[in-house]
Amino acid sequence: MRERILHYLEKNSRVDLKDLAVMLDVSETDIVNEIAKMEQENIICGYPTLINWENAGYEKVTALIEVRVTPQRDKGFDNVAEQIYKYPEVDAVFLISGGFDLLVTIDGETLREVSSFVTNKLSTIEGVINTKTNFILKKYKDHGNVMDNSKKDERIQVAP
Amino acid sequence: MRNPLSSVVEEIQPSGIRKFFDIVSEMKDAISLGVGEPDFDTPWKVREEGINSLEKGRTFYTSNSGLKELKQEVCNYLDRHYNLSYDYNKEVYITVGGSEAIDDCIRAMIDPGDEVLIPQPCYVSYLPCVQLAYGKPVFINLKAENEFRLTAKELEEAITDKTKLLILPFPNNPTGAILERSDLEAIAKICIEKDIFVLSDEIYAALTYGNEKHVSIASLPGMKERTIVINGFSKSHAMTGWRLGYACGPEIIIGQMLKIHQFCIMCAPTTSQYAAVEALRSCDNEVNAMRNEYNERRRYLLHRFNSMGLPCFEPKGAFYMFPCIKSTGMTSEEFATKLLNAKKVAVVPGTAFGDCGEGFLRISYAYSMENLKLALDRIEEFLKER
Repeated sequence: MRERILHYLEKNSRVDLKDLAVMLDVSETDIVNEIAKMEQENIICGYPTLINWENAGYEKVTALIEVRVTPQRDKGFDNVAEQIYKYPEVDAVFLISGGFDLLVTIDGETLREVSSFVTNKLSTIEGVINTKTNFILKKYKDHGNVMDNSKKDERIQVAP
Repeated sequence: MRNPLSSVVEEIQPSGIRKFFDIVSEMKDAISLGVGEPDFDTPWKVREEGINSLEKGRTFYTSNSGLKELKQEVCNYLDRHYNLSYDYNKEVYITVGGSEAIDDCIRAMIDPGDEVLIPQPCYVSYLPCVQLAYGKPVFINLKAENEFRLTAKELEEAITDKTKLLILPFPNNPTGAILERSDLEAIAKICIEKDIFVLSDEIYAALTYGNEKHVSIASLPGMKERTIVINGFSKSHAMTGWRLGYACGPEIIIGQMLKIHQFCIMCAPTTSQYAAVEALRSCDNEVNAMRNEYNERRRYLLHRFNSMGLPCFEPKGAFYMFPCIKSTGMTSEEFATKLLNAKKVAVVPGTAFGDCGEGFLRISYAYSMENLKLALDRIEEFLKER
């Protein structure tokens, strides 16, 4: 049941729980309890909304920053990662395999704001060797949603 | 000028669905629950294999019976899922959708005057195929109180000494009914006793929602030698537009079907065949995921119909519901037409699948939950405002 609940919540966190109960052939109370449990267990970590800021008329800049880090004895990358994620500008921090160590995503209002954060804050953190900033130019698909979703049902309307 | 037409063709009635389609397509922003094909896209890796085969220039005919690797994969698939074992070399060939296989099978087996049993309501092509083969169609009217299963008694009553072939379309379009092992055992017993062959159209086999997986009648003792199993990729792998199916059965029948196929079709589309190899090799998970979604929509719809006062038996297969609208006092066609005009929701009258579909509607749930919800809300409003 968990997997199915998560499957639907991930697609739509506002899914009608009454309908979901019918679909999964369980009671609504079961669903509510299961969700509460998963919130407690930190399986469900939040219910953010996917926003197309551009359509809302706001300028927004998102950057994916590759960070190379000298790992510290006993701590590995954890300390540096923590120092980075404490900044509210930072949207996400991932430890990555491959040519660099941490992938940091940052939301800002202007290019200047993001670059100043990288130069003044991020690259001065002890242990950070270098950074490479990649600005996102266009979001085609995010969280499983195609942003410009103009795909129509092209099936013939009535068919045997 | 002489009449240019064959009297047999002239006698064939145009599909009842077609008539309704013409009305719906005139209407703007209608929500349709009338589609008989999956709403999912073909899994991407399957499409990629199709593209890949084109890029490699595989644009020639395949052998008449289809690509060897595909026939082998079909045999593996049927063995893996339905406990059917066929020789890929002699007992299987690839067709242009299940539809072609139905036609080939009936033409290969029926002489003028042979009786073919067609349980109704059912898919629209069996009857015209029988007519075109100069066979005599004999309908068996299935009943709502039996959840539209074919019972041994109904079968026995329809058999005469001219009966040659039984069409067995389960899981069923339009009712969503299935036959379970015990139902099939009773039917098999009669077929063996009376020496009747079976065309088992199992195109929806991958989509059943009961405790037991779909059972093929050909897997029962004594039935393989008298059954043609027809299946394909359209419903299970969301591949309707690729036009690809297959038929399996005893060499003596398949050989003759292949003859018709060879002269009328040559071979199934090459691109589709390459894509289908991938579909059978690596898409069991994708098929499962689609089945899960269908099942959840099915439960939702069943709940909604029953609670809005349109009783519906629990359909355990395909992606259709067959709710009963007799309590409204309307005929199926009246209900469907009024619903379309008043609420812009298109459903198919049960009568499009045979006269005994009167009093029922076929509702397809090959639609997103949002779409289904909206449509069901409108049907509920329609019932209240009536």
